[in-house]
Amino acid sequence: MSIAGAPELNKLSRTWSDELDIRLTDTCLRDGSHHKRHQFTGEEVRSIIAALDEAGVPVLEVTHGDGLGGSSFNYGFSKTPEQELIKIAAETAKRAKIAFLMLPGVGTKDDIREAQGNGGSICRIATHCTEADTSEQHFGLARELGLETVGFLMMSHTQPPEVLAQQARIMVDAGCQCVYVVDSAGALILEGVSDRVAALVAEIGDEATVGFHGHENLDLGCGNTVMAVRAGATQIDGSVRRFGAGAGNTPLDAFVGVADKLGWRTGVDFLKILDASEDVVRPAMPEECRLDRMTMMMGYAGVYSSFLKHAGNAADRYGVSGARILAEAGRRKLIGGQEDQLIDIALMLQREQEG
Amino acid sequence: MTKLTAAIVGPGNIGTDLMYKLLRSDVIEPRWMIGVDPESPGLDRAREKGLEASAEGVDWLLKQDELPDFIFEATSAYVHREYAPRYAEAGIRAVDLTPAAVGPACIPAVNGDEHAGAENVNMITCGGQATIPMVAAVSRVTPVSYAEIVASVASLSAGPGTRQNIDEFTRTTSRGVETIGGAEQGKAIIILNPAEPPMIMRDTIFCAVAPDADREAIADSVHRMVASVQDYVPGYRLLQEPQFDDPSPATRGATKVSIFLEVEGAGDFLPPYSGNLDIMTAAATRAGEGMARFALEGARA
Repeated sequence: MSIAGAPELNKLSRTWSDELDIRLTDTCLRDGSHHKRHQFTGEEVRSIIAALDEAGVPVLEVTHGDGLGGSSFNYGFSKTPEQELIKIAAETAKRAKIAFLMLPGVGTKDDIREAQGNGGSICRIATHCTEADTSEQHFGLARELGLETVGFLMMSHTQPPEVLAQQARIMVDAGCQCVYVVDSAGALILEGVSDRVAALVAEIGDEATVGFHGHENLDLGCGNTVMAVRAGATQIDGSVRRFGAGAGNTPLDAFVGVADKLGWRTGVDFLKILDASEDVVRPAMPEECRLDRMTMMMGYAGVYSSFLKHAGNAADRYGVSGARILAEAGRRKLIGGQEDQLIDIALMLQREQEG
Repeated sequence: MTKLTAAIVGPGNIGTDLMYKLLRSDVIEPRWMIGVDPESPGLDRAREKGLEASAEGVDWLLKQDELPDFIFEATSAYVHREYAPRYAEAGIRAVDLTPAAVGPACIPAVNGDEHAGAENVNMITCGGQATIPMVAAVSRVTPVSYAEIVASVASLSAGPGTRQNIDEFTRTTSRGVETIGGAEQGKAIIILNPAEPPMIMRDTIFCAVAPDADREAIADSVHRMVASVQDYVPGYRLLQEPQFDDPSPATRGATKVSIFLEVEGAGDFLPPYSGNLDIMTAAATRAGEGMARFALEGARA
């Protein structure tokens, strides 16, 4: 079956079953780690993995929110070591593959080896969307180890389609099998997504697949994802119940319903994923992921979604406006990883306030 | 005052910026610029400044009747590992700006004197030069159980060497945070930011110290160390007073010290935003000068 409007897919570049039109990855246990302030317990991971695996989600991502090695002052320390969580996930999943994320400059090749040793089989490597060449050695290693590979071009809203396509080319040449347009700030709007996905499909479509990772900051997760699929994206990220950074990720549960209605086969049972969402995922969430002053400002100002909790902390600590911290982060063109600078901004705002 | 002579190997951006700094030195005279590509504009610039420039590589240099006292290596770790034994054999001391780590690591403001007599010193990484002095400033006052550094640099200032071996940066820097910074455990993070106009290098240093550590003494030590580094990197600036966060689960029970820095380059050859490169050439110059003074004083004695 083909997807109306989408370019013909190259079956050879797919790493999964022909029975799926699109392959879904749930990232509750990675992007949700931000919302959870990296406090997942082994028991929560076990129950979420079991429920999503049972519902038929083919790929489940588990790592510290900032990727392997992310446990730190800058990003927040993990309650449970991420490698332990990856191991629990791999032992629990009966059908799903376990994916892990790494950011060059934060994690290292040794972390990739360890994650594979613990049962992770898909290595997702994320760079800022102009810095793909920092990932070459990691893709090389991952392929050598026999891992499936995915590349993440973060903050894709900051670059035009042709630049993203060139960066995707660098990743594919280094051994990446699927490149994602990653809307880290939830700032892309409809055609902004499809134009970028289409540019990647045109550049790498014969050799690799294209994916899309959306955020809800401007309330467009599902809509943007439909646009991505129609433009040729075949791997899609989301989090059940939006459990993710910022206002959360594309709600995977809702998207399964949307895909069913559009006739796209995802292999996920809609009723089962709704049950998992309500009965298993929700109890593990500190609160629902919400559209509010802070998260909408992130989408509007183009700010990396995982800055949310850190901006909130700095705002509380120094008695300044969190939304103003985020607006200034956008103005300074901060990118993923620069959480430390939010404290510097808060101190600057505090001086202005007192001055 | 008598000067000792130096050859710069690697006529790229770093080598060229280093040349301008060494030309101002009162103890080192840069006399040779060595490359491998005759088209390299760095060789022409060196000639304009009166250096003898050759595109025939280190082999050419080592065949000359007069050899330099110092070689400043601004090539790659691979090249330096290969040639370091030959420099030593010829009695030439080396200041290594690559991550080869053949010799002991040197942060002039922290352990410069210790290695003034060394045959080969290594300048670690740009992030290390910027942040390790701050870790050392805290650890000389109170034990640091864990230190973490975050270096953000402009994408334009990160060359292919850094990009293709970014793990080496994190590994080498975190090791330096431990061995020279004095932290029990170290961690390093690097971010390349493509913002236009390019951002000036920024560094954040987090240290975990005991709840009863003397905050005033730590802040004072940080200020003094900043002044020591400013002595050779004038654009090294503390952006905020050191911040102290009380122990909590989020700090794993420690007091968290946070130090925020900016490093602006002197603009000798490299643009001022690339403070990360400037601090390497400035530190290498300072390290070489220390070694030269040590040798000159030894000779006089």
